[in-house]
Amino acid sequence: MDDHGELVDKTARQLVEAHDPRTTPHRELLGAIFDAGLAWVHFPVGLGGLAVSRGLQARADAILQGAGAPNPFALNPIGHGMAAPTVLEHGSPELAAELLRPLASTEHIWCQLFSEPGAGSDLAGLATSAVRDGDEWVVNGQKVWTSLAHRARYALLLARTDPDQPKHKGLTYFVLDMQAPGVETRPLRQMTGQAEFNEVYLSDARIPDRLRLGAVGNGWRVAMTTLMNERSAIGGTSSVRGAGAVADAVELWARRPDLHTPALRDALADLWTRAEAQRLTDERARRAAGSGSPGPEGSIAKLVTAELNQDVYEFCMELLGPEATLYGDYTQRDIQRFEEYRGPVQQRFLRSRANTIEGGTSEVLRNILGERVLGLPGDLRADTGKAWKEIPRG
Amino acid sequence: MAEYLFTEEQQDLRRGIRQFCAEHASEQAVRTLMESDTGYDPAVWARLGGELGVLGLAVPESMGGAGGGLVDQAVVAEEFGAALLPGPVFGTVGLAIPALVALGGDEQGGDELLSDLVEGRRTAGFAVPDRGGRFDPALVTVTASGGALTGELAQVVDGSADVLLVAACDGAEIGLYATDAGTRTPLSTLDSTRRQSHVRFDGTPARLLASGAAAADAITSAFHTGAALLAAEQVGGAQRLLDTTVAYAGTRLQFGRPIGSFQAVKHTCADMLVLVEHARSVAYHAAWALQDGSDDPGLAVSVAQAVCSHAYQRVATDTVQMLGGIGFTWEHPAHLYLKRAMTDAALLGSAAAHREHVAALVLDTATSNGVLAVAAG
Repeated sequence: MDDHGELVDKTARQLVEAHDPRTTPHRELLGAIFDAGLAWVHFPVGLGGLAVSRGLQARADAILQGAGAPNPFALNPIGHGMAAPTVLEHGSPELAAELLRPLASTEHIWCQLFSEPGAGSDLAGLATSAVRDGDEWVVNGQKVWTSLAHRARYALLLARTDPDQPKHKGLTYFVLDMQAPGVETRPLRQMTGQAEFNEVYLSDARIPDRLRLGAVGNGWRVAMTTLMNERSAIGGTSSVRGAGAVADAVELWARRPDLHTPALRDALADLWTRAEAQRLTDERARRAAGSGSPGPEGSIAKLVTAELNQDVYEFCMELLGPEATLYGDYTQRDIQRFEEYRGPVQQRFLRSRANTIEGGTSEVLRNILGERVLGLPGDLRADTGKAWKEIPRG
Repeated sequence: MAEYLFTEEQQDLRRGIRQFCAEHASEQAVRTLMESDTGYDPAVWARLGGELGVLGLAVPESMGGAGGGLVDQAVVAEEFGAALLPGPVFGTVGLAIPALVALGGDEQGGDELLSDLVEGRRTAGFAVPDRGGRFDPALVTVTASGGALTGELAQVVDGSADVLLVAACDGAEIGLYATDAGTRTPLSTLDSTRRQSHVRFDGTPARLLASGAAAADAITSAFHTGAALLAAEQVGGAQRLLDTTVAYAGTRLQFGRPIGSFQAVKHTCADMLVLVEHARSVAYHAAWALQDGSDDPGLAVSVAQAVCSHAYQRVATDTVQMLGGIGFTWEHPAHLYLKRAMTDAALLGSAAAHREHVAALVLDTATSNGVLAVAAG
C-alpha cells in the first residue's frame, strides 16, 4: 500500500513537472493525466489507471489539483464519475480503449438517458424501445431530465429490448452517439425560468451493436454500476463546518439585523445544528469507509441534505418577508448543472424544490433506508412477475 | 486516536458492558430495582467500580483512574443508557468524578473521595444549579458560613447519594463543598430508574474543596463532561428503541402483511434511523472534542445536547406510536425509555437552551461577506 502510494505520488509529481497545469491547455493536460494512469488510479494500466487502490485517487488529485489542474469531475461529471466505470466494467477492452481517453480529456462530454416522462422512481418500467436490425439497433422513445445533453457527444442509454419479459429483464444498455440522426435535444424550462436540463427525443436513432454494454437483457445490472457510482460521487462532499446552503442563511442573517426575531434566531440555530450533525455524520461515514466497514451513514446524506436545503431557503424566504416576493428575471436561460450555482435567494429557494426529487426522491430514499439498512420487508408490488407490456402505465 | 475510529479495546469494552448489563440490568432487573427503596443495586454498582473498573475510565492513573479517555467512558454511558441501568450514573460518573478530576486531586481530602467514587465504594450527587447546562453563580442560593451549609435545592438527581458536591456562597465567592449530611427527601419522579431528591441544609457541616475561579472552572468542566456523557446515554437509549421498533415492524402482521412493509411505518423508521445516526455523530464528536481538545468544548457539547435530546425524545414518542396499543401498556418497556428520554432532555439544558448557546456562539458573531444576492424585482 505504501509502495503504491509512493508510486502515485511520484507519477503525479512527474506529470506536473512535465506538463505545467497552469499553462497547459485543459484537454492536453487531462489527456496526459489519463496517459500517466492518474485519471482513475484503480483502473488498469493503459486505460487511465495504475491498477492500485481507489483510495489513492485522493493523493493523486491533491498533487494535480494543488498544482492547478482542473477537477475533471466538474467538467465532465457524468462521463468521469459514471460512464467511465460502467464502460470499463461492461464494455470490451477495445471499446474502453476507444472511449475512455477522449472522455478523460473532456474532448467528449457525456450525458445519461435514463429517466422518462413515464418512468421516474420506477426506472425499470421505462418504455424507450431498441429493436435489433442486423448489426444495429433502432431506438425510439423520449428521455427527460438530461443535463448536458446539448453539449454531450455520448450518452449512457437504457432501453427496452424485450417487452414480453418482466420489466427488469427486458432492458439493454447502450452507448449512444448524440450526433447520430434521429437524436433531438430540447431544453426543458423549469420553475426558476431557467433551462438546466433537457428532453431528448429518439426517432429511429441507430446504434451499432458494438456500442452495447453487457449482454442483451442485462441492462438493469449494468445500470446498477452507473447508479452506484452516482451515489458514491454524490457522497464525497466538503466537510467544512457551516458550509453549504446553511451558509447562505447565516450570511443573510448577519446582513439583515433589521429582520431579526427570537423565533427566527431559534429556527436558524436549529438549521445550523442539523447541518453540523449531518457534516459530522458524513465525516463518520468517511472514516468508516476508510477503515473498510461502511455503515448506514452514507445512505442518509442525500436524504438529509435535500430536506435541509429546502428548509434553509424556506427560512430565508420567511426572514425576507415581503422582499421575498420579488424575483429578478424569469427570462429563459440555459445553464449547466454542476456549475457553481450563484443565483439570488429567491431563485435558490425555487431550485431547492427539486432537491427532494432529483437523484432519488426522498420517498424512495426512505424506502432504501427502511429496506436495505434496517432490513424491513419490501412493499407489495402490483407488477411482480408480469410481462412489462401488461403492466398498467400512465 | 482518530475521531470516530474505535480501538479494539473500546470494542471489547462495549461488548463487556453490554454482556454485564444483559445479566445485571435486564428488563426484569430494572423493573424490580425501580420499585425498590434505593432504586439501584449497590452490589452491582460496587462491581462496576471495583471488578470492572468502568466508573472512572477518563480519570488519570495518577488520580486512581483507568487513564483512558472520555470516549471510553462515553462507550460505557451508551451501554448503560441502552439498558436503563439504574444507579447514580448521572451524579457520580457524569458530574462528581469529572469535577474532582478538574480540581486536580490537590484539594483536601478530595483524593480519597475521588478514589472511593471511582471504585464504587461511595456514590455522589452534584448539587449545583445550572442555567441551560451552563454554570451561573447567580443561581446559587446555598450559603456557607464557618464550614457549614444552609439552604435548599428543590431537585437534585442522585440527591440521596452518599456524598453531595454542593455549590455555596460564603458571602464573597462561590465554593464547591462536599458533605455526606443534609436532609435528603426522595421525590416521586417521572423516570423511576433515575432518582431525585429534595435537599436541605441547616448549618450542615461540609468540607470546602475549592473556591473562586477554581471552583467555577471545575463546575463548568463537569457540566461539559456530564452533557457529553448524557448525550452518549441518549444515543444508547434511542438505538435500543429503534431496534425494538424495527423488530416489531418486521413481525407484527396486519392486513396479512408485516406492518413494516407499509411506507407510513417504514418511513417513520427511516426518520428514526436518521435521528439516531445524527445523535451518534454529535455525541461522539463531543466526547472526542473534550478528550483531545480538538473543538470548542461549549459548542461541541451544545450541538450534542441540542441534537441528542431532540432525537431521543422523538424516537421514543415514535416508538410508542409504531408499537400501537402494546406500546402504551405498562407491560412493554417503551414507556421506561420514553420517561428516561423526557428526563434526559430536561437535564443539563433543554434542546432549546442549547440551540440558544449555539446561536450565541455562531449567529451572534457571524459577519456578512455580502456575496449572496437577493432579487429586488
